[in-house]
Amino acid sequence: MELFINQVLAGIATGAIYACMALAVVMIYQAIDHLNFAQGEMAMFSTFIAWQLMQWGVPYWWAFLLTLAFSFAGGIAIERMLFKPLAKAPILTNVAGFIALFAIVNSVAGLTWDFTIKQFPTPFGSAPFLGSQLISTHQAGMIGVTVGLLILLYLFFQFTRIGLAMRAAASLPESARLVGINTSWMIALGWGMASAIGAIAGILIAPVVFLEPNMMGGVLIYGFAAAVLGGLTSPLGAVVGGFLVGVFENLAGTYIPGVGNELKLPIALALIITVLVLKPAGLFGRPIVKRV
Amino acid sequence: MSAVEEVTNEASAVEAVPKRAMTLGYGTSLVVLGLLIIAPMFLKNFFVFQLTMLLIYALAVLALNILTGGSGQFSLGQSAFYAVGAYTSAILMEHMGVNYALTLPIAGIICFGFGFLFGQPALRLSGIYLALATFALAVAMPQLLKLGFFEHWTGGVQGLVVTKPDAPFGLPISQDRWLYYFTLVVAIGIYIASVNLLRSRSGRAFMAIRDNEIAASAMGVDVALYKTLAFGVSAGITGVAGGLGAIAVQFVAPDGYTITLAISLFLGMVVGGVGWLPGSIVGSAFIIFVPNIAESISKGLSGAVFGVLLFLVIFLVPHGARQVAIVAQQLIGKLKK
Repeated sequence: MELFINQVLAGIATGAIYACMALAVVMIYQAIDHLNFAQGEMAMFSTFIAWQLMQWGVPYWWAFLLTLAFSFAGGIAIERMLFKPLAKAPILTNVAGFIALFAIVNSVAGLTWDFTIKQFPTPFGSAPFLGSQLISTHQAGMIGVTVGLLILLYLFFQFTRIGLAMRAAASLPESARLVGINTSWMIALGWGMASAIGAIAGILIAPVVFLEPNMMGGVLIYGFAAAVLGGLTSPLGAVVGGFLVGVFENLAGTYIPGVGNELKLPIALALIITVLVLKPAGLFGRPIVKRV
Repeated sequence: MSAVEEVTNEASAVEAVPKRAMTLGYGTSLVVLGLLIIAPMFLKNFFVFQLTMLLIYALAVLALNILTGGSGQFSLGQSAFYAVGAYTSAILMEHMGVNYALTLPIAGIICFGFGFLFGQPALRLSGIYLALATFALAVAMPQLLKLGFFEHWTGGVQGLVVTKPDAPFGLPISQDRWLYYFTLVVAIGIYIASVNLLRSRSGRAFMAIRDNEIAASAMGVDVALYKTLAFGVSAGITGVAGGLGAIAVQFVAPDGYTITLAISLFLGMVVGGVGWLPGSIVGSAFIIFVPNIAESISKGLSGAVFGVLLFLVIFLVPHGARQVAIVAQQLIGKLKK
């Protein structure tokens, strides 16, 4: 029983990271209807920025905030320069664009900081949480930061004018434009926020998976799985999906014989395909009707 | 319609390509063919090997092109089918002593089956969801190949070594050259078959589905059948390419068939021009040679150079090599006047 609780809690902790990634994916998907395959690399790059700042002697939380600001600006810059011109292009062109971005970011990070594995500090410490053996303080911190972030985002989207404008621009762009919302900038804002959320996920997971240019590969796929499970049109769904995928992954790795650590990734992928086949809109997504 | 439903005018995944614009004229085809036949006679064995790989990747890109340019579905998981083809050939040759030439059709048929089966769940997905599902397939494949359960056959992480075939009938040419011409014959056969497929009734059904699925089904096209068929055909050709690849490289191992390969093939299609079959060769040259050139400019920066070039292609020639070819054709037309 203790093993079970332990695994569930560990699953919730990693699930928090998947939830962040899924949230970042959904933010961009809402804004431009495309999956950002470069999301993980953007998060990785931000994490390296944070690491570099700390190497220069900036205290942890200042580095954290500076990195968020940098990622926010970077996200907006990428949207303005690279993806705004592609807005009307076919899906295929956009996918190629995301892959190109992936290659560029990965290679530049590798060139700047090389491919050796680096330690990343945690502000929470790794001692057992409140003297219990079930969960470490870093894991508890991961859950805490994610939950705090979710509450902030919820408040932002429900109770601020900009949040409302962003929701309007995402759901009905034409009507939003008619009432004077600058939809183009709302999209850029979505990119900036997604990039910053990704940075948070990267910084939180870096002490666990260690820092190197390919660190986000697996995390991004779980993020996709989470987003699909919850429904690509629903931020709440993305979060719930993240926690579910985290727990599911851990339990499957522990209890299904022959799965172990090696097959965890295919399990997440099988989950994606199963959900897509049974309920294409995801658990919380809206069904889409096509007009001929 | 209830209030929760969302209505979209979904942009099609691929821009429509007229059927005529999918191939080269006879004259140009013959010139290209002539070049491909003569080229290896003047090259060293290593370059002949690279040309062979060029043809093999061109076949895989062509297969993807039939799926995407033909039926409008797209796949980031071609590396999985390529891997299945490669392993089929390798296992048949090494464990059962089957002749290398015979392993190719078997690899093709097995991959056709896999593709057809994968096409079944994929039926319910379109656009970005399909990209995601196939992406998942590509990521999972190397790990499945490493499984202890299959290790007796696949050699696990170590993979399998494949013997390189000699030229038959005691022909006085090197193994590399023989393999090149063998690949060329297979490639030409598949190219001609693909062109004919796209011009046939089935090809028209593919294109009708690509341009408007609902309209196609209203005209009586069995959408489910043709979509899975497109997946099957594409996977089958990719499987043959995989088999050829295994023979040419003389080695199969799980890490040779990662998502990177799938992405390369996808990029090859974009660079060559979606729906333009001859573009497959141009795209294949791009994915084989550009990383090498990029690496010679700056080691470690190859990914960045690759990405920047790709952005240039997307922005300057969104239709890839096809666009360049059309412009060239118009220029030649003007010169003639």
